[in-house]
Amino acid sequence: MYETHYHRATSVEDAAKNMNAAEDGKFLAGGMTLIPTMKQRLASPSNLIDLRHIPGLKGITITGRTVRIGAVTTHSDVSTHAELAKLCPAITFLAGHIGDPHVRNMGTIGGSVANNDPAADYPTALLALDATVVTSQRSLPASEFFVGLFETALEPDEIVTAIEFTAPDKAAYKKFPNPASLYAVAGVFVAKSGNDVRVAVTGAGENGVFRADELEAALTKNFNAAALDDVTVSADGLMSDMHASADYRANLVKVMAKRAVAEIAG
Amino acid sequence: MAKVELVVNGRAVKGEAEDRTLLVHFLRENLGLTGTHVGCDTSQCGACVVHVDGRAVKSCTMLAAQAYGSEVTTIEGLALNGELHPVQVAFREHHGLQCGFCTPGMVMSSVDMIRRHPEGLDEATVRAELEGNICRCTGYHNIVQAVLDASDKMGKGAVKAA
Repeated sequence: MYETHYHRATSVEDAAKNMNAAEDGKFLAGGMTLIPTMKQRLASPSNLIDLRHIPGLKGITITGRTVRIGAVTTHSDVSTHAELAKLCPAITFLAGHIGDPHVRNMGTIGGSVANNDPAADYPTALLALDATVVTSQRSLPASEFFVGLFETALEPDEIVTAIEFTAPDKAAYKKFPNPASLYAVAGVFVAKSGNDVRVAVTGAGENGVFRADELEAALTKNFNAAALDDVTVSADGLMSDMHASADYRANLVKVMAKRAVAEIAG
Repeated sequence: MAKVELVVNGRAVKGEAEDRTLLVHFLRENLGLTGTHVGCDTSQCGACVVHVDGRAVKSCTMLAAQAYGSEVTTIEGLALNGELHPVQVAFREHHGLQCGFCTPGMVMSSVDMIRRHPEGLDEATVRAELEGNICRCTGYHNIVQAVLDASDKMGKGAVKAA
């Protein structure tokens, strides 16, 4: 790892101030992507600004059907939250299947969405749940927050402070994990509220997380796994790599979507 | 340089380290606690697992500076008054190790796992929970048996004391 300067931020303002003063700073939350990347010398930020101890950024608040998850809340805290598990079991299931237990003890929801890895799990939930990303400067819908591969709408000194969403009537998340990295080769989050069906896909898109229009259209007409039998997911714009071809991923997206729908339709 | 103040295995320690120093290197090189191992350098193998404020984390993927003010338990801190921890006893009884390199991480992960599952464990859960620990001797079978046995023996009351 190259040399760096560590600062433990005391407030969102303090973090932004330090970021603006840094030559090439990076915000640090759980560090489960950033530290390994730095160890491999694929990143060499001059400054690390630790957000984990800023008061008010941690914890889960549920008011009626509205859920607010603080940005530095760990995956293990989300996955074991009893009240949230009753209201939206899909998101606690998702959080409980990110990486391994040690990663879940450090990794945070804010870090995951700010990094916007094209195979990360949380971005699907945010997109399918029509969640709001609350930052130090504004609130914006997930559809505007995720811009592309590892790219978000965040300004350099802007910090994700919380994720908010209204619990759907029903939802499920299914992923086909790479057995070594546990990242999704394809992961599909299906959310249903009234007649509104939203399907978000991770692990497969060349530009990161996306909504699967053709699956949403079929499921809006008939919310049943069999309704997807005749739907073809296009391989255009899907990733091909050593783990899976675009065609294989296209098929996996459909299979994962069917499993999610089958779980919801019960 | 970063000031590092921790409570390690119940003892307050103070030191200085470069900001980029990983917690595992601080434990091994500054404190001489070489029971915690570095296995892979890519944050995958879990040989470096320690408990930070009661939770199992990979000490190779956390800066010593990030742990400032925390309570850390390493494999050296498990045995009490010369008595092995029940998980250590179970690993010995079931021969839950071959070369032993991954063992400190396996044991620390298992203690955390048993604590999080006071309702008890089954084989599938143990195997899933050991996702973050790699044994390159592939000696998983006896490790799983050891964890199951330790979980049974520790029972619900003892789990909290662990």
